[in-house]
Amino acid sequence: MRIAYDREKCQGHNRCYLLAPELFDVDDDGYAILLVEGDVPAELETKARLSADNCPEYAITLE
Amino acid sequence: MTDTDLGRSASGRPVPSDWATDFDHTDDAYGAAAPEIWDDLRDRCPVAHTDRFGGAWLPTRHADVSAIAHDTTRFSSQSVVVSDFKPLAPAPAGFAPPITSDPPFHEFARRLLLPAFSPKAIAPLEPITRKLCADLVDEVIVRAGAHGGLADAAIDYAQHIPVGVIAHMLGVPASDGDRFRLFIHRILEKPGQGGPVDAEDTMIHYLDRIIEEHRAEPRDDLIGFLLDIDVDGKGLDDDHIIGTVALLLIAGIDTTWSAIGASLWHLAQHPEDHRRLVAEPDLVPFAVEEMLRAYAPVTMARIVAEDVEVGGCPMDKGDWVLLPFPAANRDPEFFDRADEVVIDRERNRHAAFGLGIHRCLGSNLARMELRVALEEWLRRVPDFELSDPAAVRWSTGQVRGPRTLPVRLLETVS
Repeated sequence: MRIAYDREKCQGHNRCYLLAPELFDVDDDGYAILLVEGDVPAELETKARLSADNCPEYAITLE
Repeated sequence: MTDTDLGRSASGRPVPSDWATDFDHTDDAYGAAAPEIWDDLRDRCPVAHTDRFGGAWLPTRHADVSAIAHDTTRFSSQSVVVSDFKPLAPAPAGFAPPITSDPPFHEFARRLLLPAFSPKAIAPLEPITRKLCADLVDEVIVRAGAHGGLADAAIDYAQHIPVGVIAHMLGVPASDGDRFRLFIHRILEKPGQGGPVDAEDTMIHYLDRIIEEHRAEPRDDLIGFLLDIDVDGKGLDDDHIIGTVALLLIAGIDTTWSAIGASLWHLAQHPEDHRRLVAEPDLVPFAVEEMLRAYAPVTMARIVAEDVEVGGCPMDKGDWVLLPFPAANRDPEFFDRADEVVIDRERNRHAAFGLGIHRCLGSNLARMELRVALEEWLRRVPDFELSDPAAVRWSTGQVRGPRTLPVRLLETVS
């Protein structure tokens, strides 16, 4: 599983950061920063799914 | 004979004849039953209209609300509270930047504020908020102890939390809270419907004085932060600062108070949910989002900037459009079990904080306050109920929440 994050769609709801701080940080303005490159570690796949399923702007997709 | 017998609501306005063609979101009946009204409209007339307020629309489907919120070209934010008057402030800032600003000025005004409201900037306020909530629960328990277990969860608890937090952030005395609530009531609940107000008693006058005090004696708080902003060697102009402080005051209080009150209203009637959250505190963050979905307090508004059609309805330039995010949050086309509160809901793309570029600036603050307010209540009040369901009174206008919430505490922890 890979995570694609679209900074253009992100409006800083911060749902991903709250649900999956291992996968997302936030910058000084509150926009998400994707922390993983490549495959999501297996133990974090549930959190990756949560972060995608709770983004109001559909800025996070899983591949 | 009641007022209703005369065809007038308590506010003196005609009672709406049909919510689809003559809605009035400032009517007491709307405040009391908005979710049922939205469900009914979504089925038979998903974009409702009224000739009141000079002409306004009320979309209730998630798809329409989302499309309008994302379309800042055809829908302007120049005025975001529907009233009988359309007080258009000079573009691009509007009265209270950035909420009343359109692109491109919007982004300039918003970026100035974003760092003060990021999750990491808000986190240090949690201990203060927790202490405030814990002290308030103490008072509620003492009061209830002296009154047969009775208290008002909205008046004695919920309303004081955001007032205390925002007063701390703005560096003003917590005792100014009553004044904040009066300003907000005038602006949000019955916009334009009160009598004339003494100039010295206005919010602008109050903020002028507070900002002058900060100028005379610089402080390390949010107003100090605004006064220190430097744009190309100049500070922000006074109107910008006053408008922004007014926005933070107005936007940060009624809204959060409503979310806390509505969540407690739910828990008082659903002991199974309450018991589960007491037993499984890790669920609270999920429950917070579900409460925000099901009881989202805030409806925003736009002004149509170019003639446009939404859901087959022709909207003319200058019309008001309400953006009822809580109605979008209950659309069964978008959410499974939309009309149920599922406190461990895992897929929850709710729009309580809006959609698009005007996402609530204070969302991290509001979310933290709601979570802490519920955690402290759950910790000390493991069992409670509504003591008089008929006495619960909901606000009217664009911020919806219980304003009286009589409860009976059945079990407390000292």
